[in-house]
Amino acid sequence: MNRGIYEILSNKPLTKDIYEMKLEGDTSHITAPGQFINIQLDGFYLRRPISICDYDDKTITIIYKVVGQGTEAMAKLAAGGKLDILCGLGNGFDVLKSGKKAVLIGGGVGVPPMYNLCKKLLAQGKEVAVILGFNTKDEIFYEKEFEALGAKVYVSTVDGSYGTKGFVTDVLKDLEYDYFYTCGPMPMFRAIEKIAETSGQYSFEERMGCGFGACMGCSCKTKYGYKRICRDGPVLEREEIIW
Amino acid sequence: MVNTKVNLCGIELDNPVIPASGTFGFGYEFAELYDINCLGTFSFKGTTKDPRFGNPTPRIAECERGMINAVGLQNPGVEKVISEELPKLAKCFSKPVMANVSGFSLEEYAYTCEKIDKQEQVGWLEVNISCPNVHGGGMSFGTSPEAAAEVTKAVKAVTTKPVIIKLSPNVTDIVSIAKACEEAGADGISLINTLLGMRIDLKTGKPVIANKMGGFSGAAIKPVGIRMVYQVSSAVKIPVVGMGGVSTAEDVIEYIMAGATAVEVGAANLVNPYVCKEIIEKLPAVMEKYGINNLNDIKGCAHNG
Repeated sequence: MNRGIYEILSNKPLTKDIYEMKLEGDTSHITAPGQFINIQLDGFYLRRPISICDYDDKTITIIYKVVGQGTEAMAKLAAGGKLDILCGLGNGFDVLKSGKKAVLIGGGVGVPPMYNLCKKLLAQGKEVAVILGFNTKDEIFYEKEFEALGAKVYVSTVDGSYGTKGFVTDVLKDLEYDYFYTCGPMPMFRAIEKIAETSGQYSFEERMGCGFGACMGCSCKTKYGYKRICRDGPVLEREEIIW
Repeated sequence: MVNTKVNLCGIELDNPVIPASGTFGFGYEFAELYDINCLGTFSFKGTTKDPRFGNPTPRIAECERGMINAVGLQNPGVEKVISEELPKLAKCFSKPVMANVSGFSLEEYAYTCEKIDKQEQVGWLEVNISCPNVHGGGMSFGTSPEAAAEVTKAVKAVTTKPVIIKLSPNVTDIVSIAKACEEAGADGISLINTLLGMRIDLKTGKPVIANKMGGFSGAAIKPVGIRMVYQVSSAVKIPVVGMGGVSTAEDVIEYIMAGATAVEVGAANLVNPYVCKEIIEKLPAVMEKYGINNLNDIKGCAHNG
C-alpha cells in the first residue's frame, strides 16, 4: 500500500449512473487484479473504497456507481483535479489458481475488477469466458472492451432486453470451465454457489472504516478463522467461505 | 530545540503522541508504512479473556467530520495476544507498549490484566471500562463511580505496572467517576472513549449499523474531549491521557493545555494511516510557533486564571 496524490485524467459516465475515472500516479504497489484504492474526498470523513478495473505502470482505471453522497461528489470531479489515494489495497485474485478454462462472472458494479483479471489470464494463455450480468440493456458497460481483449463474452439481462434473459447463472449452467472468478451482489453469489462445479474465488463488498486492516470494521467469519474483507479479502476462495 | 518529552506514570515518552486502541491493531499494519518507534507509545487492540468476533456487519457508519463504529471488541483473546501478537510486535516496536484490556466481569478484567502485566513489552495497562456490564445488573462499569472503583481495585490487586482507567463520556458526572478510580488506586485516567451515536439510512429507514448504535469518534468530538479532560484533570492528581478527535499537532497542544499529560489519536489513523508520524514531525514547529519550549510548561495552563 502507498498513499499518494493522483491526477484525474478523465471522469465520464458509461451509463446513467456508472462512471469511469482514469487516474495518473504511482501504481507500483498494485500486486494483483481485484485490489482496490481508497479515495479521500473533500467534505467526507472516511475514504471511498473502489475496485481497480485496470492499471498500467502509471495509470489506474476505476469504474464506480453513484449510490450516495460520496460517489455523487466523485461524479462531479473534473479532469486535472487531484485526489489523495491509498493505493494497492487488499488481497486480489490469485491468477495462478486458474485452470486452462476460466470463467469470469461480473454482476453490475462487480464487473470492473474482472477486466484486468481477464487481461492477466489471457496473457497467461488461458481460455477466458466472461459473463456480464445486468438488470437491463441500458445498464450494460464494457462488453466491447472485454471482447477487444479476446475473451468470449456473454451478457445476461434480468428483463431480457439484451443477451440471455435471466441471471448470470442462466449462462453459467451451460458453460464448460475449470475455475471461476466472480464479483457482484450477494444474491448472485448465492446463485453461483448453488450451481458452480469447480473451485473459484469470490470478491466481497463490505462497509469499511480504514481499508487497510486496522479497524476491524469489515470482518467476516471463514472456515479458517476471522478475516478482514479489506485486507485478507476482498477476494476469498470458495473453500473457505461460510455462507 | 523544543522538548517534546513527557512522563506518563513514571515512564518517559519521546513525545506525547499515542495511537488509540482499536485504530492501530497490534502495530504491524502500520509498521509496514513507517517506523512506529517514532511514537510515544501506542495502545494496542482491546484484549479480552476469550477470543471475540465482535458484532455483525455493517459495523461502520460515516458522520459529519467523524464516524461511528460498532466493532464490538474483536480480538484473538489474551492467550493468543501473548503468544502471537506480542512476539510479532516485538519485531517492529522496541518501546514499552500500552496494553488495552476489556472485560465483562471483575474476574475477567483481573484474569486478563494479571496475564498482560507479566509481559515485558507492556509498559502500562489501559483498562477500558465502557463495555456493557454483565456482572452488575445492566449498568456499565464506566458509568457508575462504585463499579469503576471496583474494577480499578480488582486490577490493581493483581498487577505491578501503571494502571490507566479509560473512561466513557456517556455519563452525567465524569468527575465523580474519575475521582472514584483515583481513590481506588488508579495510576492514570484516559478519556474520552467514543460517544454513543447512531445513523439511519434514508433509503431503508433502518439504522446503518447492524448493532443499531455505536461509538462516535473523529474530529467532530474534540470539544467534548477537551471539556472532559479539563474537568477531570482539575479534579484528580494522577496523569490524564486526553483523546477525542485529535488529528493535528495543534490538537495535541490543545489537549495538553486542557490538562492532558499525553494524547491519544484514534479515528484519524483510519483516514490517514501516516497521521501520527506527521503529527510527531510537525509538533516541534507548532510548539515554536506558540512559544512553547517544553510541553510540561503548558500542561493544564487553561486552568490558570
